[in-house]
Amino acid sequence: MLCLGALVMVFPFFWQLLTALKSLAEVSRVPPTFLPDDWRGASFDEVFTALPFREMLTNSALNTLGRTAGQLVFCSLAAYAFARMRFRGRDLLFGLFLSVLMVPSSLLVLPQYDIIQSFGLLNSAPALFLPGMFSAFGTFLLRQAFLALPRELEEAARIDGAGSFRIFWSVMLPLIRPALAALAVITAMAAWNDLLWPLIVNTDPEAMPISAGLTSLKGQYETNYPVMMAGSLIASLPMLLVYVLLQRHFVQSVAASGVKG
Amino acid sequence: MSVFPATAAAKAADRRAARGAGTGPASRDQRAAYLFIAPLGLGFALFYFWPMIQTFYFSFTEFGPFGGHTWIGGDNYARVVKDVTVWQALGNTLVYCGIGLTALPLALVIASLLNRRGLRAVPLYRALYFVPFVTLPVAVGLVWNWLYNGDFGLLNEVLGWFGVDRRYWISDPSTAVFAIGAVMVWSTTGYYLIIFMAGIKGIPRDYYEAAELDGAGAVRRFFTITLPLLSPTIFFASVICMIQSLQVFDLIYIMMGEKNPAVGDTQSVVGLFYKWAFVENAQGAAAALAFLLMLLIAGLTYLQFRLQRRWVHYG
Repeated sequence: MLCLGALVMVFPFFWQLLTALKSLAEVSRVPPTFLPDDWRGASFDEVFTALPFREMLTNSALNTLGRTAGQLVFCSLAAYAFARMRFRGRDLLFGLFLSVLMVPSSLLVLPQYDIIQSFGLLNSAPALFLPGMFSAFGTFLLRQAFLALPRELEEAARIDGAGSFRIFWSVMLPLIRPALAALAVITAMAAWNDLLWPLIVNTDPEAMPISAGLTSLKGQYETNYPVMMAGSLIASLPMLLVYVLLQRHFVQSVAASGVKG
Repeated sequence: MSVFPATAAAKAADRRAARGAGTGPASRDQRAAYLFIAPLGLGFALFYFWPMIQTFYFSFTEFGPFGGHTWIGGDNYARVVKDVTVWQALGNTLVYCGIGLTALPLALVIASLLNRRGLRAVPLYRALYFVPFVTLPVAVGLVWNWLYNGDFGLLNEVLGWFGVDRRYWISDPSTAVFAIGAVMVWSTTGYYLIIFMAGIKGIPRDYYEAAELDGAGAVRRFFTITLPLLSPTIFFASVICMIQSLQVFDLIYIMMGEKNPAVGDTQSVVGLFYKWAFVENAQGAAAALAFLLMLLIAGLTYLQFRLQRRWVHYG
């Protein structure tokens, strides 16, 4: 039964690959053939001419890198202060920051669009990643990791004459590397897969990430399934690769987000 | 090794942090803390707090053809409440939410099957079940569109072997919502599976062994041990699942074309919001709609928290 379930989960991708390798004539045959009559890789080339596919992949990469780097920097700084420093209004500010978690993203996109527009950034890479660089979830996750570290490390460093930033950067940050990796993986995936926001800010095909770009392929190539399947396979590949390489962190971050909330 | 401390340990560390901080030069420490928070705080202020206030304001205005917002009071809210497409989208969204929640029992059953002692290749199963969640939603939507295709789709072909009639799954209003909902469940089950597997790992093995000695079968063990001890995790997962499926947009946008006859029967609230705000330029009404969606989410979440007392056991 588990086997059957696993098959159901993976089969559509397998079918996607087989379809991508078939000819346009073959995919519209009834009944459908299972294996391609003649194996052709041409659809994988056609995607690059049907769309500015290379630019779209670059945009996706920039979006993913921008959001991930931003969250790692901004969230770790703030999380450290919230976990490890004492200052007036700390709990109030933390509560305020957490409230961002509870607001649906669609509620904010209208004014966010206006802000990006007023910066003159529509149809640019920063438009894709700017709001996503700041995350309440990331701050919460990293704060939990910082809280678990022993106090003595900080005290020893302070006695040695290290300042706050030095302690943060060279003593504490390396110790929460697993949490940083988990956040990076989860952010990267969300960024690569995001659709609503890119559709709003970057309407020029050259500035779209691949997630939005593929939807336009659907409009123009309503019936060219081999090309659509080839495109989606290429576009899914980077995240699958990240997942395979960083599976442990992935699983850890998902598990943690649900169990310890 | 756990990256994420249990709440008790976190609280203790918090207390230690609060006590310890009194020893340093307080004012310099304070200034440093604000500097650490400033970048995130500014980002939040610009991209989250200010937009929250703005949306609230927008919802009482009308967006003119040449730009600018004119105050019109509660008209947008009146329009939203009177609009039949809103009620239709709301109904669809609740159906998606109901279908989406079936991922939880499914994931739970798979997780407890994977928990069997001596089962090999667990990481492989976990990976296979998780792949749909990792994959680009657009890719997921496109391949399922193809599988559902009324003329050349594989689904019709396979069902044909069992004597089921050919159907246009996603352009037939009576099946479209369920076809999309099924893909939703398919792509999220792996996510909840991992959450539940982590939770089950936290249940002491002794419980299962003791129950087994007492002659309890697998089903009995599931209902008397796994289910109650996992209930806090299940509760948390159901809150997440509900909030997410109330905001469903991606799959519907990808799988439904504008010309699809079932378009109104599958539209979600966020889909309608997108259409109003960015296709029809009715920003004020869209903002009002978004606000009402937030209220709905908050209300249903509150309800879940109220109901949890009846079924969630904290050990």
